[in-house]
Amino acid sequence: MANIKTTEKKSKSQSMGMHTEVLTGRTQQKFFNPSEAENFYYFGTYDVDFNKRTDLDVKDMTAPEANKEIDNLMSQGYGTIVIKNPQGKHSLGVGILNKLNLIFEGSLGYFGMGSCDGPTVRINGRVGWSCAENLMAGKVVIEKNAGSCFGAAIRGGDLICKGSVGARTGIDMKGGTIIIGGDAGAFTGFMMQRGRIIILGDVGINLGDSMYDGTIFIGGKIGSFGSDAVTADLTSNDQDWLKRKLKVAEIGEKFDVSKMTKIVAGKKLWNYDNLEPTEKKGAI
Amino acid sequence: MCGIAGLIHRGKSSNVGSELQGMLQALKHRGEDSTGYALYGDTDGKNFIMRFKVGENVGEGSSSIVEDISVYDGRKKIVDQYLSEMGAKIIKEERVLPYSLRYEIEYETKDLLKFSQKIESIPGVEILSMGKSLEVIKDLGNAKMVCDRYDLDKVVGTHAIGHARMATESGVDIKSAHPFWGYPFSDVSVVHNGQLTNYWNNRRVLENKGMRFMSECDSELIAVYIAQTMREGATLEEGMKASLTGLDGVFTYFVATKDSLGMAKDTMAAKPLVLYESDNLVAMGSEEIAIRSVLPQEIETYDPFDGEVKVWQI
Repeated sequence: MANIKTTEKKSKSQSMGMHTEVLTGRTQQKFFNPSEAENFYYFGTYDVDFNKRTDLDVKDMTAPEANKEIDNLMSQGYGTIVIKNPQGKHSLGVGILNKLNLIFEGSLGYFGMGSCDGPTVRINGRVGWSCAENLMAGKVVIEKNAGSCFGAAIRGGDLICKGSVGARTGIDMKGGTIIIGGDAGAFTGFMMQRGRIIILGDVGINLGDSMYDGTIFIGGKIGSFGSDAVTADLTSNDQDWLKRKLKVAEIGEKFDVSKMTKIVAGKKLWNYDNLEPTEKKGAI
Repeated sequence: MCGIAGLIHRGKSSNVGSELQGMLQALKHRGEDSTGYALYGDTDGKNFIMRFKVGENVGEGSSSIVEDISVYDGRKKIVDQYLSEMGAKIIKEERVLPYSLRYEIEYETKDLLKFSQKIESIPGVEILSMGKSLEVIKDLGNAKMVCDRYDLDKVVGTHAIGHARMATESGVDIKSAHPFWGYPFSDVSVVHNGQLTNYWNNRRVLENKGMRFMSECDSELIAVYIAQTMREGATLEEGMKASLTGLDGVFTYFVATKDSLGMAKDTMAAKPLVLYESDNLVAMGSEEIAIRSVLPQEIETYDPFDGEVKVWQI
């Protein structure tokens, strides 16, 4: 179990729903020493040149074949790959742990771009359920709509949908930012633990249900609040951050962020009781 | 898991048998225990088309038994006799498989309840569909297998819904396969993806009101529930909206009638649905790849939201 050591930035960052705890502990030190992050590469990743560009038509390929070919092209140094005719196939672009510019000329099915760490992706179409699940880092931009469980359990990176998304967006997310240009369905931010969600349009019922932590910003109407989701004051820090983020996301740059509603966890659920079971006995 | 698909052409007919086969085959990984088609074909609208079975195709977990073809013959004879007694004239008769038949019937009635009760009083006989446009065809296997077995790829019509089933709540057999006929309404059919948790409570209430259940598949409840609300005077859309609170569980389902196609999604949006809508065509399915089998080009699709009900006319 990692120990948590807070920094002096705590008050400002936490007021915005951010976290700057430095995780320590044997496992964290061994694998994720921040000072070594710049030199960190996954086993089997490639040095790619973003100016080296190629097309890949996946019309007659299965998803494993297409993904294997993407890996093959990266091994040849291609840093920009344009995927033609994805035609709603499932599981395209999964498990890319590399810096890469990836462009899909069309729509993806379920589980597109799952478990990725690092690529910059643009999807000129729609995506199905569970897009970019477990995203660790990078940027994924969807030009049209997305299905349910958008950005499930992401830990980092920016996930942007310019259209509307289905239910359970950001379910179980542990970090990163999800930005939606349109509306979102029910249970948005369900059980989210960290990170931030920005919805410029309306959102469905049970918003932020059972969220542990993190922050949700809503520009439109809210169907209903979920258990333990409460509103909080929108600070000037929040507004500055929202403006920056929307600009970077190429979405809603002129949107009036001052009218957004900020939602955080009320932290009244049983699991936020600070007492250990043995301490409870003493208190009773 | 199960997969559902449907499409409706507005203002024209098309080869809906072949189109639906492609959509359902694209979803076969969601279940291929059985596959069912509800096809709304081009007919002159004068006579009824009755699809019925006189026996079962028995798969894993089914409570049905394998029977000799002579048993099927005996049941068919009684069906013919009852039809004659009720004044129904068989215009055309097709025995597609030993246990599966298609009759074109000249019959003057608007109330199919007594008619159906009489026919289904014969043990082992079930009317799969009764209508002037609707034909429900369902059997074990994936979409292509069923399509080939029943020669469905030539069926021309305006709309269709279908189901690729992974059996979870009941056995692998035809009686538990979708679509379900909205008994006793002519030309009403239903397919469903999900689980209903208040099946038995609703079933008891509906049976007390005279409605019939032929299987123990929870999805049949939707067809019966909608049929009952329509019996009480509701429109199709009103019945579907009532189902959002009347039915408990997770569901996405389609209902089709002679001239319309509708979809409903539960308030938790727990089951998937992707929808494409244009002036000429509406196509929807559990996954986008189903729609891509009829529209391979880049298209605008979206997921309907939780608690959404939509109905389209031909």
